[in-house]
Amino acid sequence: MSKTTTRPAVRKPEAENGGAAPGAGRPTLEVIGLRKSFGTLEVLKNVSLAVEKSEMVFVLGRSGSGKSTMLRCCNRLEEPDAGEILLEGQPITGSGVNLDKVRRRIGMVFQGFNLYPHLDARRNITLALRKVLKQSRDEADTRAAAALTRVGLADKAGNYPSQLSGGQQQRVAIARAIALEPAVMLFDEPTSALDPELVGDVLGVMRELKEDGMTMLVVSHEMAFAREAADRVVFMADGHIVEQGPPEDLFTNPQHESTRAFLSRYSYGP
Amino acid sequence: MSNLDRFIETFLNGAVLAKYTPAILQGVWVTIELSILIVIAGTLLGTSLACIRAYRLRPVSFLIVIYADIFRALPPLVLILLAYFGLPNVGVTLSSSTVLFVILGLTLGAFAEEIVWAGITSTDKGQWEAARSTGLGFTQTLIFVVLPQAVRMVIPPLTNRAIAITKMTALGTVIGVPDILNQATTAQSFSGNASPLTLAAVAYVVLFLPFVILSRWLESRFAWKKG
Ligand SMILES: Nc1ncnc2c1ncn2[C@@H]1O[C@H](COP(=O)(O)OP(=O)(O)OP(=O)(O)O)[C@@H](O)[C@H]1O
Ligand SMILES: [Mg+2]
Repeated sequence: MSKTTTRPAVRKPEAENGGAAPGAGRPTLEVIGLRKSFGTLEVLKNVSLAVEKSEMVFVLGRSGSGKSTMLRCCNRLEEPDAGEILLEGQPITGSGVNLDKVRRRIGMVFQGFNLYPHLDARRNITLALRKVLKQSRDEADTRAAAALTRVGLADKAGNYPSQLSGGQQQRVAIARAIALEPAVMLFDEPTSALDPELVGDVLGVMRELKEDGMTMLVVSHEMAFAREAADRVVFMADGHIVEQGPPEDLFTNPQHESTRAFLSRYSYGP
Repeated sequence: MSNLDRFIETFLNGAVLAKYTPAILQGVWVTIELSILIVIAGTLLGTSLACIRAYRLRPVSFLIVIYADIFRALPPLVLILLAYFGLPNVGVTLSSSTVLFVILGLTLGAFAEEIVWAGITSTDKGQWEAARSTGLGFTQTLIFVVLPQAVRMVIPPLTNRAIAITKMTALGTVIGVPDILNQATTAQSFSGNASPLTLAAVAYVVLFLPFVILSRWLESRFAWKKG
């Protein structure tokens, strides 16, 4: 914590829950004191972060700084060693939690898309709607069509992943996640496996999601996009959040040594 | 008599062929029935065990591995003889067809388990993660996401193994299963002529060649194209 340069825009995670409606006044996603080691390698050393409703938070940091691990702890694909994670004020860490119930409220988009290759785009989306939300075939198909329309692929419902470009696959993956109407979406380098000319389409979809009020936590090195679309940028180094704030501040006036080093290596900005 | 005549007389004797064709056709049906049952039971058993193994419960997985290794190591003929001649001594008497079905079904099951398990473990970890991240449970992910991909991946080796093991129905001859080979050897000893064996060979080719060709086709078809 001592390393964190707190900026005025950041809310303290300890803000009281009013006690009325569950989660009222609390951030949509709250990470408190998260720790995670792989063997002797301490990857996350006391990470705390709050993502407010409809906020888009970007996470930057060098390779190996623990960005993916933090993201994966948020839906417990990785089991945290210590710390607490709250979704809409409800703890999702600890033993008494129904993980499958929690995960349907947290969308995740992966670097490698991870579409199901044996199912077409529509059924990639409807699988969870049918089996998790127990929707009827008609309901699920209708919702899948709406999700595909949102990502601009209404005409690709019958295509298998192998019949889609990387950018289209990633948009189907986003549609698969948003169809479940999650409270928050996690993106782990959603564009870094894409050819440069396909990146824009995926970012465009993310921008629209943000405009529609989606809460998003994004690990990505798309600096220009972060500067334009993110509400806040978080910089991670060596298992800590060393600095965070509005993109303009962080990019033009980084406070921390490692942030500066990172930004200069990415040679961002004019 | 020329050599050619003697050859035809021995292997393609018209009169003998005419006389014993009906018996061998009966044998064909027995072989077909047994083969179908063995393939269905063996692949179902192997696939189920591979799925159970996916839960990685140590003692259970251990038992499955033991079973698979033993049945892959032993020559099926040994087990067939052991079951057919040994079991009656402990009060279990099974018909020869049942013994053949059970032993070959278990043998195919052992190979199928290993083959499907290999498919399950080589399915990309990202598939599990993507499915679980949408709230699908472990079993749902296994059944709807991983298994369909795993099975598709292993259809060619599975087909090859199924052919290899159904061909072993010919082993039933030694315990008196009235299959193709048994009918043919019986006819051969009655007639003192090898033509029924020729007919049996033709019957096996007609029966299995389509599947060999099918497996070749499957191999080219499923040599996919990932991502
Ligand atoms: N399952 C694992 N087992 C062991 N070590 C792991 C595992 N996952 C990640 N690590 C290690 O933890 C560290 C942080 O990994 P992480 O993937 O979170 O970094 P990252 O910030 O996302 O990096 P990148 O930008 O390369 O994706 C790395 O040193 C990595 O090797
Ligand atoms: Mg990463």
